[in-house]
Amino acid sequence: MSRLVPYPLLSLSLLLMWLLLTRFSLGHLILGSGIALIAGKAMAALQPAQPQIRRWGSVFRLVGIVSLDIVRSNAAVALLILNGGRHGARRSDFLQIPLTLRSQPALALLAIILTATPGTAWLEHDAETGVLLIHVFDMVDEEEWIRLIRDRYEALLLEIFE
Amino acid sequence: MTHLETVPLWLALPIALFLVLGSTLTLLGTVGLVQLRSFYDRLHAPTLGTSWGAAGIILAAILLFSWMQGRPVLHELVIGAFVMITTPVTLMMLGRAALHRDRAEGRGGVPAAVPHPDPSEGPPDVGALSPEDLESTRPPKAPPMAIR
Amino acid sequence: MSATILSAALTYAQFALALAGCLACWRLLRGPRAQDRVLALDTLYVTAMLLFVVAGMRLGTTFFFEVSLVIGVLGFVATVSLAKFLIRGEIIE
Repeated sequence: MSRLVPYPLLSLSLLLMWLLLTRFSLGHLILGSGIALIAGKAMAALQPAQPQIRRWGSVFRLVGIVSLDIVRSNAAVALLILNGGRHGARRSDFLQIPLTLRSQPALALLAIILTATPGTAWLEHDAETGVLLIHVFDMVDEEEWIRLIRDRYEALLLEIFE
Repeated sequence: MTHLETVPLWLALPIALFLVLGSTLTLLGTVGLVQLRSFYDRLHAPTLGTSWGAAGIILAAILLFSWMQGRPVLHELVIGAFVMITTPVTLMMLGRAALHRDRAEGRGGVPAAVPHPDPSEGPPDVGALSPEDLESTRPPKAPPMAIR
Repeated sequence: MSATILSAALTYAQFALALAGCLACWRLLRGPRAQDRVLALDTLYVTAMLLFVVAGMRLGTTFFFEVSLVIGVLGFVATVSLAKFLIRGEIIE
């Protein structure tokens, strides 16, 4: 099984994408499955590090939290642009956060989360020291941002990947 | 305008709502792009367009096309997933480029690079190439750019 | 009734996205620095992509989907290579 389908998640999502791009029929199901299997084989030749998802429950909780945060921060940033940054009182700043997260897929996911929520921009991550440099659009309280990222995202990501 | 008339009112309202929401957020993002003062502030503005701006318009398109063709038409989700995955890459690279350039030019207001010892670089695997060959294949580092 | 609502919303969306494209163009021309222009170009690509999705909705065809996907891919590649150029001063090394 694992020799035939080395990357089941990748193959499954490729098949899903194939069916989304065409219309659902038996022919497309077979063709898409073939392509997904071949692509999985090709991926195995590249030998990327395989992420291990440990807890699926935390994945769904993370998705819920992140989608809520995206809506909220969208509204917050849109409002800040509309009223001119609380009429000039908004302060943006850089923020350095020491992370304990080391696994590459988890860091990639954190980058997607931080960029998808308007108001935080990922700038730099140092792989040796684990210090993450982000830019915060509306810096009210430094401690609160650090707590938000470490407790809300990093803890969940640690649960999922490590 | 014939295909728009077939849509019932209960579906037309959410489609219109998502459209207006998505396009307004994208517009606000570019307003921020014009209005904000520093580059790092402006880096935040387009994420409005790529998060809920794109999501709203894509949801509206999914609803409309699914009704018109009488089956779930979800292929617009591919655009959404694509935008979701590529935006962090582009913005991260742009942010790093700006940071790198500001540091190289010694502009203030940018945090310094995290200090750590230089990674001991082993001799590169040059194969049969002699040092002279290497010198000729690898030109010296480009001089500081003339672009601003 | 629903056709009126939908066509009003589509017109509004098209105007808003076109205006957004113009604003991105303004930042693209204005600068002041190279990274601002690249950021504006990226925003312009995203706006054009969304504009094509809305145009497809107005005309009732799904053909514009491929157009917007191609624009998205080109925009991604263009922005990444431009950012890489800003970091290193060269793309192919």
